[in-house]
Amino acid sequence: MSPLFQGIITILVGVFGCVGYFYAANLLLDKVIFPARGPNIGRNINRATAVRPWLFLLPAILALSVYLVYPVVGSFWRSLFNRSGEEFIGMDNYGALFADDVFRQALFNNALWALVVPAAATFFGLLVAQLTDRLKWGNIAKSLIFMPMAISFVGASLIWKFVYAGDPDIGIINAVRDGLGLDPMDPIQVPFWNNFFLMAILIWIQTGFAMVILSAALRGIPEETVEAAIIDGANPFQLFFKIKVPQIMGTIVVVWTTITILVLKVFDIVYTMTGGNFGTQILPSYMMTLMFRDDGRATAVAVVIMVVVLPVMIWNIRQAQKEMR
Amino acid sequence: MADLILKDVVKSYGDVNVLRDINLDIETGELIVFVGPSGCGKSTLLRMIAGLEKITAGTLSIDGQVMNDVPPAQRGIAMVFQTYALYPHMTVRENMAFALRIAGQSKEEIEQAVNAAAEKLQLTDYLDRLPKALSGGQRQRVAIGRAIVRDPKVYLFDEPLSNLDAALRVATRIEIAQLKEQMPDSTMIYVTHDQVEAMTLASRIVVLANKGIAQVGSPLELYEKPNSEFVAQFIGSPQMNLLEGEIVETGEQTRLNLKRGGGTILSHYPSKPEDQGASVKVGIRPEDMVVAEGEDYAFEGKVDITEALGEVTLLYFEKEALGADPVIAKLSGVHSDRRGKTQRMTAAPERVHVFKDGVSLLYR
Ligand SMILES: Nc1ncnc2c1ncn2[C@@H]1O[C@H](COP(=O)(O)OP(=O)(O)OP(=O)(O)O)[C@@H](O)[C@H]1O
Ligand SMILES: [Mg+2]
Repeated sequence: MSPLFQGIITILVGVFGCVGYFYAANLLLDKVIFPARGPNIGRNINRATAVRPWLFLLPAILALSVYLVYPVVGSFWRSLFNRSGEEFIGMDNYGALFADDVFRQALFNNALWALVVPAAATFFGLLVAQLTDRLKWGNIAKSLIFMPMAISFVGASLIWKFVYAGDPDIGIINAVRDGLGLDPMDPIQVPFWNNFFLMAILIWIQTGFAMVILSAALRGIPEETVEAAIIDGANPFQLFFKIKVPQIMGTIVVVWTTITILVLKVFDIVYTMTGGNFGTQILPSYMMTLMFRDDGRATAVAVVIMVVVLPVMIWNIRQAQKEMR
Repeated sequence: MADLILKDVVKSYGDVNVLRDINLDIETGELIVFVGPSGCGKSTLLRMIAGLEKITAGTLSIDGQVMNDVPPAQRGIAMVFQTYALYPHMTVRENMAFALRIAGQSKEEIEQAVNAAAEKLQLTDYLDRLPKALSGGQRQRVAIGRAIVRDPKVYLFDEPLSNLDAALRVATRIEIAQLKEQMPDSTMIYVTHDQVEAMTLASRIVVLANKGIAQVGSPLELYEKPNSEFVAQFIGSPQMNLLEGEIVETGEQTRLNLKRGGGTILSHYPSKPEDQGASVKVGIRPEDMVVAEGEDYAFEGKVDITEALGEVTLLYFEKEALGADPVIAKLSGVHSDRRGKTQRMTAAPERVHVFKDGVSLLYR
């Protein structure tokens, strides 16, 4: 059977399976288990109403348990075993990790990423959103800035490999250096700063996301508060920082933490650009290097990542809920 | 001394002309009310005075200084918006202090100004609350407080009370009137849809219509001597009845024959000999209609509906044609029993207005 055909069949089975499930389950509930007739009609209707949400949630809860909760528990359990998975070694994997220089470096770099990328992406996003708001061609500018969002991290990394390429005929950085009469260099190998060159890629991708959300938030600010501030004598900077930004603070926080969570998961960029060499290792790519060689340690890294992401995640969800109210 | 002068002011958005030929002298200490049908440009005019909209042509001067290109903050104006426009992330105190902080005043000065305004508006207990923890009336008072703190020469209000419920509207209206009395040197310009607000607050009312000013005058002037059919019908509620008529006797007073119902009536409006036989509109306010006692009557019609409001009763006469405005009479007392009966009405000569081609005979 051709893969295309297989795909189509899967989609059909999936969609009609879902529809069929909801239809059949509802029918069963209303007609057989709690029928809306007979002596207990009122009680039956109430019970059916109480049960129905669970009926609809059931597939999602099942899927989440199987694909989310079980792996978390399973990973943690696996991280307590040795490389082959046969011998229980308690917290030894974690001990070994924290003794490892590369892991410590990855932890530090990751912290750097988590601070710089969300801050920069949110800042640039906000800047673009504000600056393009009144422009006639603002929407075109926005579309262009949003476009990197559609590129995969690997694809983006490949593009930026060209930007950073050592050959002045290819890499723009070295082209500029060449123009200034300087020798070509490899930005990717400059210790410490190369981290920032990699971050630039993710910032480039995420600025569009921040811009779209913040632009909508800026438009939601009541025009009158801005006009009142103009009459009160605020200059454009005061208008922006004292009137507009505080009013969209909730959205800024949500954008910020959303990008933070993403940053803590990204490995593709480092993996593609440097493979974690030259002091650019971060936790997810470090995990990738351990995977299949020592699954015990790799899962330990995974658990560490989860522990780091969790508080940000909870904070993010709280903020988002607050925004919705 | 005329304080705020609009001279030949025009406003267009691109090719669309919204206002033209606006000429208005507003004196210091006046409370001017802009009224007019929705979309006639009241807000636009107010926003041009505030500096939020560019003036397309003509000049605006305040205290002798041309203000066309002066930024809003330096015009000596403060504006109160219909939606309050409080800064949601600032407390009441910070809201009121914002302009002064921007202007770089000292902490003590700001503190003093804010406290004084808060006291005047009974907001002292709420100074540390955020706007969302205030009622609509309190929010509106904060918005007014924010204006007072700046001690402007001119206060601009754009329908400040229309988001409040009826009772609160009356209370706040009275507060604004009292506020005005406490600040006799401040000029206020007030936009409203509400007739009662206009009549009670205004020292002068400006009726806007058809992209321009229809009439300017004290509330009673507009009520007693409207210069056109439009103003006559716009001021007063229910609106003035306009009846087709013909001038049959000219002079110091004018005698008119009414087309419908066939009666005659005398108006104190003077007319010229050449007006003899002209068709005109005879305007009688519902509250000026009285039941004709003797042989003389102006209007005869069948009462279609009565609305007894307690102190008055509204009689709606049968419409002459579908879609026409019904003739309405407002009689004091309860008169529900007149429903379905044919009734003869008249009015005192000094209460009868005459319009020829839409314009009052008094203003030719
Ligand atoms: N940006 C704009 N472009 C074109 N026309 C506009 C613009 N803003 C306002 N107008 C027009 O100007 C006219 C006056 O508007 P304005 O808001 O001043 O009316 P208003 O008298 O305040 O009405 P309302 O009583 O409903 O508040 C309206 O007919 C409106 O359509
Ligand atoms: Mg308006």
